[in-house]
Amino acid sequence: MSEQTAIQPLYAKLMEKFPESVVMDERPGFGGIVVQSLNLVEVAQELRDNLGYDYLSSVTAADDFPEERLEVIYHLFKSVGGAPALLKVFLGRTEPVVPSLTPLYPGAELQEREVWDLYGIRFANHPDLRRILLWEGFDGFPLRKDWKEPLYEEDVKPYKSRWPEGKGERKELLNPYKDNVQYPREFDPSTWTGDVDQAMYKSLEISDDGNSRALKTDQLVVNLGPQHPSTHGAFRMAVVLEGETIVNLKPVVGYLHRNHEKIGERNTWLQNMPYTDRLDYLAPMSNNFGYAITVEKLMGITPPERAEYIRVMMAELTRIASHTMVTGFLLNDLGAYFTPALYALEERELILDIFEEVAGSRMMVNYFRFGGVARDVSPEVLKKIRHLVYNRLPRKIDELDKYIAQNEIVKVRCEGVGVLSADDAIAFSTTGPNLRASGVPYDVRRADPYSIYESLDFDVCTRDHGDVFDRYRVRIDEIRQSIRILKQVLERIPEGPIMAGKPQYLAKVPAGEAYGRVEGPRGELGFYVVSDGKPNPKRYHVRAPSFINLTSLAQMCKGAKVADAVTILGAVDIVLGEVDR
Amino acid sequence: MAENDLNKPEIDMPAELRQQIAVTTLDRIYNWSRSNSLWPMMFGLACCAIEMICTAASRYDLSRFGMEVMRPSPRQADVMIVSGTVTKKMVPQIVRLYNQMSEPKYVIAMGACASGGGPFKEGYNVVPGVDKFIPVDVYVAGCPPTPQALLHGLITLQKKIEGEHIPNTRWYKKGEVEAIPVPILGPDLFDPRNSELINSETHKPLPVVETIVEGGETA
Repeated sequence: MSEQTAIQPLYAKLMEKFPESVVMDERPGFGGIVVQSLNLVEVAQELRDNLGYDYLSSVTAADDFPEERLEVIYHLFKSVGGAPALLKVFLGRTEPVVPSLTPLYPGAELQEREVWDLYGIRFANHPDLRRILLWEGFDGFPLRKDWKEPLYEEDVKPYKSRWPEGKGERKELLNPYKDNVQYPREFDPSTWTGDVDQAMYKSLEISDDGNSRALKTDQLVVNLGPQHPSTHGAFRMAVVLEGETIVNLKPVVGYLHRNHEKIGERNTWLQNMPYTDRLDYLAPMSNNFGYAITVEKLMGITPPERAEYIRVMMAELTRIASHTMVTGFLLNDLGAYFTPALYALEERELILDIFEEVAGSRMMVNYFRFGGVARDVSPEVLKKIRHLVYNRLPRKIDELDKYIAQNEIVKVRCEGVGVLSADDAIAFSTTGPNLRASGVPYDVRRADPYSIYESLDFDVCTRDHGDVFDRYRVRIDEIRQSIRILKQVLERIPEGPIMAGKPQYLAKVPAGEAYGRVEGPRGELGFYVVSDGKPNPKRYHVRAPSFINLTSLAQMCKGAKVADAVTILGAVDIVLGEVDR
Repeated sequence: MAENDLNKPEIDMPAELRQQIAVTTLDRIYNWSRSNSLWPMMFGLACCAIEMICTAASRYDLSRFGMEVMRPSPRQADVMIVSGTVTKKMVPQIVRLYNQMSEPKYVIAMGACASGGGPFKEGYNVVPGVDKFIPVDVYVAGCPPTPQALLHGLITLQKKIEGEHIPNTRWYKKGEVEAIPVPILGPDLFDPRNSELINSETHKPLPVVETIVEGGETA
């Protein structure tokens, strides 16, 4: 594997400094540097300060059951582009503890909480280690391989009850409660006093000391959400206010935690494809893209040229649809209720029509396959796309931009609001338009090119102020660049097959691990998969950009007015399907 | 419209008055007016919410049916469109919102997840269908349902409302309609009404497993 050879020089450098505590992961198909848990912080510090790995992309874990071992896996990148540094820490299964990297990389905060929540790995020195996707008091750590959900049937699909005979046994009828629930022994509901929010309120550090100010005031906690028109779904912000000014803020997520990863590890490789649609449901095509290229990395296949062009075409159309919609909804959040969104949705509908024609569904496209795409694009569809790209979209985007960017109220509400400096943006592992609006020209399509992006001509759009207005402008610029990409793709798209080899139901994936990433509309969408050569992934992790972008939300909101929190959240652009997975 | 929808068909009305006067029953005028001004709650859970937004937008235009007034507050809404996967963490809030809606109130389960768990049914944090907790009037199939399907669901709800009879309807009977107890997040989600069942199951004596140790003795 090329990534394994790329990591060799780095390993040599670390070996010089920490000969005792680093070793290569020698398992066939695997790579990365295994670090002793005791020295993790020093190694990370060396990587960050002296070797340039300033961007912590992903923190996750894996369970090597039945071996008595858990792994914590870190993917570090340089913000100037290039291959990853892959760090691993091996831990025992009972009471695993690893030092937290949050003091070095604040972007690890939410991800480490997620690992604690789902794997029960404790992070020492983490500032606020609580459950994140589930709730305080939940029984067990669900992603451990020996933890079984209430409707557990078998370890892997296809289940014998469904295939090949299909006996159709309903699992919940065997459960004593006839429902998707299970309780530990000796649990007595009448004595249950657990308050799921207590720990969260405690972590907000509300001070009742009002004496230091001229006017004695109390701090006030306001919950925005989970049912709130501005939260774009079931999302909650607990905000500490002093008057109208935000003193502290904690995002509370998990209201849409649909157990993607647990279900994904039971599914076959291909069965996961439609599930990825439902991650970031505003951009299903780019989710497909990320998953497909990751598994293709493991399988060692490349799609034929026409398929690559179709993939890029669909991914860029998705980006346009998603960015226009977000722009419309940002205006919703500013109080310009629904009329601007109607302009945005009009263009999105036309793109959805194309998706419906090529994939059969407006939103949940399930269009990509390992080694190609599911169906070919007909000349009529190409004609439609041509019309959109050459005639309609450039004109409509200019129109939308004119209405918004020259609007005095929009400017006053957005300029200088929610500022994130370039250094902070990198430290918080922010990705996508949010990172580029802070002036960091980091785009996976350029930093770590995949598919045919290397041969395409486009600019990485950046702005300098890192405020809400710049995030909006980066999105509009990116739509224009996407149109530019689409024009080149439409000119060059070749004839030919759309699948490498025959389409197969059970993909044969050799043992090993792979981390694939694409630049989705919300930023770096990564998939970390581990295969043990069986028809199902052993580990399936989604590095969700909007989840990690939330890490910096508190930083952006502190000191702003409470009404601005809504605007800032709108510009961060989260999709709850992806945040909670 | 008045002649067909509102007027009681048996009444013989002089031709010159037909467009100006309607003779009808209380049920009929009441249902007619209510079914044509349903206010949905602005309440999105997941992917289906995006299709709900598209339904409200200009292309499919919910306002043709008198439903464009999406209300973020449950106090002002008539119909709750449960648009997306209902998770255990979210269901206490959904039940609370339902309890807060003023009557008459209706529920549409939009999409596979809200109707029965959908593709995520097996998940440990997923409630397999919102009807485990609140009464559902109309189920809309699809993952997600297209805007047309949601419109069809809403029209089906209108038809259902038009068939209502005031004396039989739950909320016009004497006494208060009881609020649905809000489920509680414990080690897993539990409904306080099931406390006894859970208690008896979790305190059941463990089944005695006879293990045969080598040598033939039982332990």
